[in-house]
Amino acid sequence: MPRRAKLIPNAVAAKADTTTTASSADSKPGHELLLFEALREGLEEEMERDPRVCVIGEDVGHYGGSYKVTKGLATKFGDLRVLDTPIAENSFTGMGIGASMTGLRPVIEGMNMGFLLLAFNQISNNCGMLHYTSGGQFTIPVVIRGPGGVGRQLGAEHSQRLESYFQSIPGLQMVACSTPCNAKGLMKAAIRSDNPVVLFEHVLLYNLKERIPDEDYVLCLEEAEMVRPGEHVTILTYSRMRYHVMQAAKALINKGYDPEVIDIRSLKPFDLCTIGNSIKKTHRVLIVEECMRTGGIGASLRAAIIDNFWDYLDAPIMCLSSQDVPTPYAGTLEEWTVVQPAQIVAAVEQLCK
Amino acid sequence: MAALRRLSLSSIPPLRRIVSRSFSSASNDDQTLLTIETSVPFTGHNIDPPSRSVETTPKELLTFFHDMSLMRRMEIAADSLYKAKLIRGFCHLYDGQEAVSIGMEAAITKRDAIITAYRDHCIFLGRGGTLLEAFAELMGRRAGCSKGKGGSMHFYRKETNFYGGHGIVGAQVPLGCGIAFGQKYCKDETVTFTMYGDGAANQGQLFEALNMSALWDLPVILVCENNHYGMGTAEWRAAKSPAYYKRGDYVPGLKVDGMDVLAVKQACKFAKEHVLKNGPMILEMDTYRYHGHSMSDPGSTYRTRDEISGVRQERDPIERVRKLILSHELSTASELKDIEKEVRKEVDDAIAQAKETPMPDPSELFTNVYVKGLGVEAFGADRKELKSVLP
Repeated sequence: MPRRAKLIPNAVAAKADTTTTASSADSKPGHELLLFEALREGLEEEMERDPRVCVIGEDVGHYGGSYKVTKGLATKFGDLRVLDTPIAENSFTGMGIGASMTGLRPVIEGMNMGFLLLAFNQISNNCGMLHYTSGGQFTIPVVIRGPGGVGRQLGAEHSQRLESYFQSIPGLQMVACSTPCNAKGLMKAAIRSDNPVVLFEHVLLYNLKERIPDEDYVLCLEEAEMVRPGEHVTILTYSRMRYHVMQAAKALINKGYDPEVIDIRSLKPFDLCTIGNSIKKTHRVLIVEECMRTGGIGASLRAAIIDNFWDYLDAPIMCLSSQDVPTPYAGTLEEWTVVQPAQIVAAVEQLCK
Repeated sequence: MAALRRLSLSSIPPLRRIVSRSFSSASNDDQTLLTIETSVPFTGHNIDPPSRSVETTPKELLTFFHDMSLMRRMEIAADSLYKAKLIRGFCHLYDGQEAVSIGMEAAITKRDAIITAYRDHCIFLGRGGTLLEAFAELMGRRAGCSKGKGGSMHFYRKETNFYGGHGIVGAQVPLGCGIAFGQKYCKDETVTFTMYGDGAANQGQLFEALNMSALWDLPVILVCENNHYGMGTAEWRAAKSPAYYKRGDYVPGLKVDGMDVLAVKQACKFAKEHVLKNGPMILEMDTYRYHGHSMSDPGSTYRTRDEISGVRQERDPIERVRKLILSHELSTASELKDIEKEVRKEVDDAIAQAKETPMPDPSELFTNVYVKGLGVEAFGADRKELKSVLP
């Protein structure tokens, strides 16, 4: 019996069938929690495991985090390990990076990913490149995380998708979580990684509920997740669009299509192994993403697929992305900047003609 | 030559070894403590400044002379190498400011951290870097301290806590406060000296970082090397208030004559003690650079040659120490000249050696991008020709 998450219907697509999610198809009891709780659980476990892990961000300590990801951690670990900063993204990101050069493993939270644009210099030059310019002397094991993506009428400045801006920075790794299960696993993997990792969360996915395993698990940062195996077409997606794709998939299955849905999860580097094997099977690719069309993740993914798997394609790669416009406030307009399930269905139908 | 050996060689080991010892424990026959007054008294902001009487030993003064001459020689040699096109890109020279680096090293240990901007060649040397590593890095060779991949602005030395070496003005200040945060977190009882210039003093991130450091009592000392010019802009044209030591407002500050190595030593010692107990402090070093901002700047379009030569005559740090040594009869003029000759030879030898070292292997283009091998494909400009998997 598929579990329905407590979602706001007009904002997030219905949750995927649990039987098709490889991660939660287990026979152990597990425990149910919401995505933000899963992030917190992963963070807490890592902070217990390694005293060098600390959290830096605005309102992460006493307030508990604007999305409650760090709730209770300051009481447990103290103010130094869960550090409330003033509103100074550029410098507290720089401070986190400096601290990581001494051996600490900070988790830097941007209250909204969009605010991290103020720290772009630190993220690009210092975070991404210091390992290289120092000839390998210093490692920067930071995790930079925060909610991004188009929310519920939050306005243009609070609906940013930064994955397209950060993707060219050499030395940086990027992952996007989409379910409580992969959120916890990716959070733990990101903290344990010696490379700087940007963990993209989505504002509208924090209240997704899922049953996750009780035992300790860490996911691989560079792996994609097979959401639904299929034969006709490969649909590559990540973050919130996964749910729009799965909603479209229901309609497609009713129409007789058999889509293979892959949540790419790793935005930099791409898991070309999983993606390639899928393309070799289906020969048709549709990319569904939430970031802008110009210079987005889809653009890079298309280039990578064409370079590596051209011979396996029977049709041009289709890419559905958000419009290249600032996100408007009005609800109807906002809906139209983002890819909707109906458009996904139409695209697959065209691709498979 | 024999005279040289009698006095100098035994009491002045090469730069690298000397700066790793703390100067309070002189293990030589010259144990006499000298008390010398700094050129000008310190000016304090929200703090009682330290005394202007500084204790030192003959050995220390001779070491200062040797080490500063070495740095001066290195920078001048770098100038020639740049003009010979062996050093490319940006090259920011530190000659004139040597006293800041040497005085600082005299007051601290290698467990304390230093981070600075792009005028970092001499700071690197002060932290125990070798001439060979420096010249090799400047010439982009494999033997460089950053394997030739960093360049002039990216010298680092992890084992002696030198955190670089940064190209973007002011970006190293939050990093420095972060290093201090790490030191406090691990209860190291060490401090971080975060250096920046009068140009960077107007960066917003500096005030952000200062606020946080003061809020959390981080053991950081912000050192403003005020050489009065932010590239081509004089300080009075860039800053409404050029009293950089006062800019901390609630953070105490000290103004120091940065051309007087003993004053710098006293100030840094004072700052370290203060900061370990009370949180951050600002030190403004009043100093001067003889070269332009970088090798592409003649340095004379925004200031007069008279000004430069005037400072060189009256305030040069090496000349000051030379006069002190001679007036206290710690050595003779000819012996000091011999030290300078020896230093020159050392630098020339290092350059010759560095010139022989090979360029980095082409595979080095792809190493150290990530810590762990991700099997990521990276492409050269021509996507067909140059393609590699990142190790």
